[in-house]
Amino acid sequence: MLARRIIPCLDVKDGKVVKGVQFVGHEVLGDAVDMALRYRDEGADELVLYDITASSEGRTVDYNWVRDIARALDIPFCVAGGIRSADQAVKCLNSGADKVSINSPALERPDLINELAEMAGSQCVVVGIDSREMDGDYYVHQYSGDPDKIRQAGRRTLDWVVEARDRGAGEIVLNCMNQDGVRKGYDLKQLRLVRDLLDIPLVASGGAGAPEHFVEVFDQADVSGALAASVFHKKIIHIPELKRDLRQAGIAVRL
Amino acid sequence: MITVIELGCANTASVLFALERLGVEAHLSSDAAEIAAAKKVVLPGVGAAGFAMNRIHELGLFDVIRSLDVPLLGVCLGQQLLFEGSDEGDVQCLGLIPGRVTRMEASNNFVVPHMGWNQLAVTRDDPLTASVNDGDYAYFVHSFVCPVNECTLATATYGEPFAAMVRKGQVWGCQFHPERSSATGAKILENFVKL
Repeated sequence: MLARRIIPCLDVKDGKVVKGVQFVGHEVLGDAVDMALRYRDEGADELVLYDITASSEGRTVDYNWVRDIARALDIPFCVAGGIRSADQAVKCLNSGADKVSINSPALERPDLINELAEMAGSQCVVVGIDSREMDGDYYVHQYSGDPDKIRQAGRRTLDWVVEARDRGAGEIVLNCMNQDGVRKGYDLKQLRLVRDLLDIPLVASGGAGAPEHFVEVFDQADVSGALAASVFHKKIIHIPELKRDLRQAGIAVRL
Repeated sequence: MITVIELGCANTASVLFALERLGVEAHLSSDAAEIAAAKKVVLPGVGAAGFAMNRIHELGLFDVIRSLDVPLLGVCLGQQLLFEGSDEGDVQCLGLIPGRVTRMEASNNFVVPHMGWNQLAVTRDDPLTASVNDGDYAYFVHSFVCPVNECTLATATYGEPFAAMVRKGQVWGCQFHPERSSATGAKILENFVKL
């Protein structure tokens, strides 16, 4: 049976995993390769590595660490951050990344999704969406990594997921911003609405605070994977125990 | 020394790295003479069957690959290319394994691509599946599937069972990515190295 995926997300800067507000005071948590391997050993099914400064520094892709991670890691990983062209995406994939995730650049120029899918295949193309509930509907936000630049993208989330799928996205990561960082659980209602629209994998992001939140999101929103960052980094949730809890709740996981 | 065929599709690096981790010397090549003289060959592949088959023809590799008499391992799309043809782009493939590759039908219950860790069911003893057990997980990413037939070594099930591993003579294939399938994948690659 296909297992539900547990996906730690690592913010990477210059080959180090960092945490903190994006533009001030990064705390270095460790070397990206070491942390990737640690999560692999704990049973992570996949990793997302987010280059947090690529976009803001406006640089082309210089993912030397992508190659280092690909060399060491034997589980799949996705690279995100600052990918604005099909060429840059292909460079990531050629360096050994399994997937690339695009967010704001896809909103600036939706054709980027088509171009990536044509060059690399849909299975390599993840579209990340930052979505916030407002007045009873859900809206896409852009540049959410930068508090000075964040803005509404002028699109309904439920429209954008379908457009992204139609343009060739192979997976959607839906980051529910109302939930992000508060650890009160995933936004089950929004995820379920999006899930019902899709026939490609959906990954939940934003809000995980306890093992039961993962049980809920798989049970009630029927997502393919659940992504989280701080609860894993701060060791609030330990992946081997989380997976035991999930299995006990009758959810298919890889142990 | 293992020769990994470079078609210009993405992701050959990770196969190379996986072989490196096993301490095996491996190199990339798209040169017909070099591949014809190789001791062991891996045909990786990510992307579309039509694109990959075009590259195989452009590089003059169609007959080279078909007439190899050393172990050949097709990985992911590489396994699909071993079959007679694929519905993806309605393309004729290498014809080393009988059968035709078909599209997985997406539905709300069975989202496509089939992406993630799924369990293997070993259907036949083989050097490549040595120490691989029923229920072991491997990492899959694909939207097209290979039919189960007399060449199937292992199946996986997503809606319907499909060929997760195949063999005919000196030709083997894995639909999943052994280079991304943790210990199980490493074991399979090691088995290939030892052939």
